[in-house]
Amino acid sequence: MELTTTQVWMMVCAALVLLMTPALAFFYGGMTRAKSVLNMMMMSFSAIALVTVVWVLWGNSMSGGGANIGGLFGNPADGFGMGSMLGTDGFIAAGYGATFAIITVALISGAVADRAKFSAWMVFVPVWVTVVYAPIAFWVWGGGILGADGAIGSVVGEAIDFAGGTVVHINAGVAGLILALILGKRRGFGKDPSQRPHNIPFVMLGAALLWFGWFGFNGGAASTAEEAGLIWVNTLAAPAAALLGWILVERLRDGHSTSLGAASGIVAGLVAITPACANITPVAAIGLGIVAGVASALAVGLKYRWGYDDSLDVVGVHLVSGIIGTVALGFIALPVDGVGGGLFYGGGFGQLWAQIVACLVVMSFTAIMTAIIGLAIHKTMGFRITTEHEIAGIDLMQHAETGYEFGGLGTGGTFVPHPATSAHLKSTAADKDADRVKEEVNA
Amino acid sequence: MKLVTAIIRPEKTDQIREALESYGVQGMTISQASGYGRQRGHTQVYRGAEYTVDLLPKVRLEILVEEDSCDDILDVLISTANTGSAGDGKIWVTHVEEVIRVRTGERGMAAV
Repeated sequence: MELTTTQVWMMVCAALVLLMTPALAFFYGGMTRAKSVLNMMMMSFSAIALVTVVWVLWGNSMSGGGANIGGLFGNPADGFGMGSMLGTDGFIAAGYGATFAIITVALISGAVADRAKFSAWMVFVPVWVTVVYAPIAFWVWGGGILGADGAIGSVVGEAIDFAGGTVVHINAGVAGLILALILGKRRGFGKDPSQRPHNIPFVMLGAALLWFGWFGFNGGAASTAEEAGLIWVNTLAAPAAALLGWILVERLRDGHSTSLGAASGIVAGLVAITPACANITPVAAIGLGIVAGVASALAVGLKYRWGYDDSLDVVGVHLVSGIIGTVALGFIALPVDGVGGGLFYGGGFGQLWAQIVACLVVMSFTAIMTAIIGLAIHKTMGFRITTEHEIAGIDLMQHAETGYEFGGLGTGGTFVPHPATSAHLKSTAADKDADRVKEEVNA
Repeated sequence: MKLVTAIIRPEKTDQIREALESYGVQGMTISQASGYGRQRGHTQVYRGAEYTVDLLPKVRLEILVEEDSCDDILDVLISTANTGSAGDGKIWVTHVEEVIRVRTGERGMAAV
């Protein structure tokens, strides 16, 4: 069959969404201290690798490709490894879906910056995608319990979540909070000034690339020109307004508008518009953006008051703005063909109720399942690096690398090209001593 | 012979170096330093959280001078390094017993 424009658009969008995860690596990487930047970025890059493999093997089947099992998830055995998809156009949506699963897991990593054991993360990611992300994606988008015919959706009404307010942002935000609680605070949390962000230009580069990719994230599933255009403008308007909201809070509260605040405001606005992008007017998108920017700017301080170390504010930005965007639809959702709509459009409380129930269902499920997975890993292999490694720097201790050349003095040493294969080239200090003794004897 | 050590504002480095050169100073050692005096550190704000940095970047400038010209050179330094606000830095002068030019082995003022 020939490619349709809708299919081409979805494939382009899938590439845009995939770019969001490396973008997130820069966004998060810049916010850590200099000796943790590589580990932070590796958590995003490794999520791309792990989730892709899971997605091809059983993730796509579980999130919608397989037969409906009790409205909870698709049968992973149906189309295992995507073999049965050969000769169909199903690959296009399957690839697009993979990119969403990837970024959702990667978002969680910001809550555990500086201290998560890399091996533990490599176990957490595939398990979490399988038992938390895939089922929730199935409930909302794959015909599961939150859909129009599902056990919950048919009773309280179908919640609107066009691009992933519940599936991606609320989900990742709650999972981040749970992991942050399981791993505990970074050494010196709330006291050590060296934990301030080390590279704000990285953060701004990351925010810019996230915004670019988000046009694919929100727009990829658009089916008509009317819908696609509205989504595009809303994805522009809400982050713009949220940026203004965030830096206004900073100006009034702290005295200065900061670049980190501007970058964070963009992301808060993007999160809030995600579920609502196809269902609200551009003016409503501006209003939603301002509310999200202001609320997230205020929410990021809560971790110091309540004492949980959500290091890079996954809760403050993704959970808070995710809830705001999802629940706001209960007020500002446009009626479809004159039917329904939010409270402000005379649609009654029905939509609001459906939105709130969807939030609560997703939050409870994620909290419980993430706690089980996180604790199981923490009690067996350990999820946290040792205090000594935390002081020495997670990059050096977990990856044997550093992001930067630290200091001019004391960087001398020896270099061995690939010791595993070139042992015969390696000359140790003991060898040199032996050579010198031999020369002296010969002389 | 004296060693003049000056801790100065980094942004004043070029101006001071030019002033010393036009006075006739032939060489100097400049290094990056960090520290604090009465003005203490400065405060940065990230996502509403304040981080106070105690150690501020400074430049340490060292010059070997003849005793006769020491006071003049101090005047040049003070007049160019002064901005009137806290954080302008410090200057101290110490006695130097010997100076040797590594290349020729010359000693004393000839080595400066």
